Amino acid sequence: MTLSANAGGAKDPGADGSRTGAQLICEALVREGVEIMFGIPGGAIMPFYHAMWEYRDQLRHVLCRHEQGAGHAAEGYARTTGRVGVCIATSGPGATNLVTPIADAWMDSTPMIAITGQVSSAALGTDAFQETDITGITVPITKHNYLVQNVEDIPYVIKEAFYLARSGRPGPVLIDVTKDAQQARTIPRWDRPLRLPRHKSVGVLDRGAVERATALLVGAQRPLIMAGNGVIQSGGAAELRAFAERTGIPVITTLHGKGAFPESHELSLGMSGMHGWVHVNKAIQECDVLFNIGGRFDDRVTGKVSTFAPRAQIIHVDIDPSEIGKVVPTSIGIRGDARATLVCMLEVAPAGNKQEWLGRIRANQREHEPHQAYRRRPDTPTLMPHDVFASIDRAFRQRTGYRVVTDVGQHQMWAAQLIEWGRPRTHITSGGAGTMGFSIPAALGAALAFPNETIWVIVGDGGFQMTNQEIATMVQEDVRNVKIAVINNGYLGMVRQWQELFEGARYSGTKLSGPDITMLAQAYGVLGIKVERPEDADAAIESAWAHDGPVVIDFRVEREANVFPIVPAGQSISNMMVTATANA
Amino acid sequence: MKRASGFPRTHTIVALLQDHPGVLHRAVSLLRRRGYNIASLAVGRSEVEGVSRMTLVVEQEDVVQVVKQLNRLVEVLQVDDVTHDPTIEREVILVKVAAGGNMQSIVSVALGYGAMIADVGMGTMLLELSGSPAKVEGFLQRLTPFGILEATRTGRIAMVRGRTTHSASELLSDLVASAPIAQSPEQWLSQADGINGTN
Repeated sequence: MTLSANAGGAKDPGADGSRTGAQLICEALVREGVEIMFGIPGGAIMPFYHAMWEYRDQLRHVLCRHEQGAGHAAEGYARTTGRVGVCIATSGPGATNLVTPIADAWMDSTPMIAITGQVSSAALGTDAFQETDITGITVPITKHNYLVQNVEDIPYVIKEAFYLARSGRPGPVLIDVTKDAQQARTIPRWDRPLRLPRHKSVGVLDRGAVERATALLVGAQRPLIMAGNGVIQSGGAAELRAFAERTGIPVITTLHGKGAFPESHELSLGMSGMHGWVHVNKAIQECDVLFNIGGRFDDRVTGKVSTFAPRAQIIHVDIDPSEIGKVVPTSIGIRGDARATLVCMLEVAPAGNKQEWLGRIRANQREHEPHQAYRRRPDTPTLMPHDVFASIDRAFRQRTGYRVVTDVGQHQMWAAQLIEWGRPRTHITSGGAGTMGFSIPAALGAALAFPNETIWVIVGDGGFQMTNQEIATMVQEDVRNVKIAVINNGYLGMVRQWQELFEGARYSGTKLSGPDITMLAQAYGVLGIKVERPEDADAAIESAWAHDGPVVIDFRVEREANVFPIVPAGQSISNMMVTATANA
Repeated sequence: MKRASGFPRTHTIVALLQDHPGVLHRAVSLLRRRGYNIASLAVGRSEVEGVSRMTLVVEQEDVVQVVKQLNRLVEVLQVDDVTHDPTIEREVILVKVAAGGNMQSIVSVALGYGAMIADVGMGTMLLELSGSPAKVEGFLQRLTPFGILEATRTGRIAMVRGRTTHSASELLSDLVASAPIAQSPEQWLSQADGINGTN
């Protein structure tokens, strides 16, 4: 291999043991255990790409079609594996295209490192070609970010960045490296110890508070467990199950808690909140102790806060102390890792059961469930969205080696409601930020992390048209295990639903045309299947599953189906619409 | 907006920050995000090299959440809402007044407040005063009739009386003592569950 002297040098250090900054980034990533990264090169990041070639056996680079895709792919990798996802972009527009996935990772506490090239330090602040102040832009949406101008800083910065991304409440960290720092040479020092404030990293669980919380819960008449993302992120699903079974307390899972507790379990109630089941929201309004473990009381969970769980004392466990008391006043707040807290609770919790309370909730469920829209399929030959979800659920119940990425909108809520979730890190979605276009690139990251599993994408036609270019990335990378179900209703369906229910059916800016999706799939070189009749849904899903390669299924569903129940935005979760004209 | 009687409308926050470029931006950004107005901001080096001390006066009823979120920033070592603590608060003001035949009256005001005459120019007099925010305010009002040409204030600095936990050197020794040991992701994953707990 011949390399020009100023282009970066070889992987082996020079005679003096020096390396370029670009090589040090590669070396540091290898040391952090990175195996794959998603990105797009450009002028200011070229030295890094040059060095990356020497490390190609250790660091796989996946060339995405848009930096937003690269960012979501890193998220999909991180959310399914629990490891840090890495994405790369150049300066200026490359970096700003990462802003959406960074914000998404911030909202959903996803460990991610974004590395961006920056113009040379001499040009900083001069409006140089492709210069954007990306560290300034990402201050509110990162745990931390760095502008690296000195090659000597690279080993330490990357070590600290990875530590921050994965420790405590995980999240995104951005490292912006000037081009001259990537090109400069230094003899690296890898042994600088991390130097971070104590309260940012280490803490001791308040056992007294944990014991009080356990006693309050166990002694309650009508207690509920609400499990959030923290249970999954901490690896605490088994402990949650053991705790629920020991105490007999019913479990609610939030959107990001899906998979933290098996929904087939007798203690599982399902999802609460804006599109939660009637019996679950009613249980929250009646409960006397609500134990939120690893959730953050999002407004889609609480509805109008002043009316939320009015009879309950609230126990809140969160790893981030700034979440405790932020939305809902708590009786007992515990800063802690969800799993570690549950382990501690299991040490002191006596066995018990809450049969009477559970029976009351189930009676409520039996009363309300028959009124759910999906239980009363209209007598129509039209393909209803619910038919598709029933088929997908049937296919999943026979298998284990699958994960699902959903996008944002009606299909996302139907997937949460109508598929039975059971395992951690199998339900991946953009919850906090609600980023349309998340699913296809996130599935790319998940598929590369789990090549032996089948990754299903469930996406609307709106979200599909935002990021389907990453199907080309799948083809180039020989990703064969992604199956995309497009719930195609020709509308931005959730917005249209709100317009129908709350704005006099004025469908302003929601009607959406699109390409022939099966032809588009063929153009990408993947299999496309069109489904227009209910009786064809099962066969399409089975053949997609059997096909060795990516598949896109265009489900042409009823255009104006709605998600029910729905709590109108800003209202109490007691106020649930179960049809367009009826409340529960 | 209703408020309990005697409850201050402004809050005084004292924070210790690592002395890095951009740290002020990160801190202030949390207030800007909420649309909070900063009444005054004073930052300078503390008694320990590499650590700055910031005094922030915010026009807001409730700062509990913003204090918690400030505390979450990596480069923020400590944050305290000292509004209800016994503090000494000071501000320095430089004020330039029009001085002609009334110079004697201006000097007597200055003497009354314990201000210093920093400069005397052609038809101007530059006064310097250090004092409590109320004293500085009163001084400015008293000078207004003479014609204030220019005034600049440092912003408030505050310190809690007596022995407190606000020492930067103690915090810095914490910082070194708690330095997490470098470890591989596998080591981290196997340990991560146990190490984060309550404060």
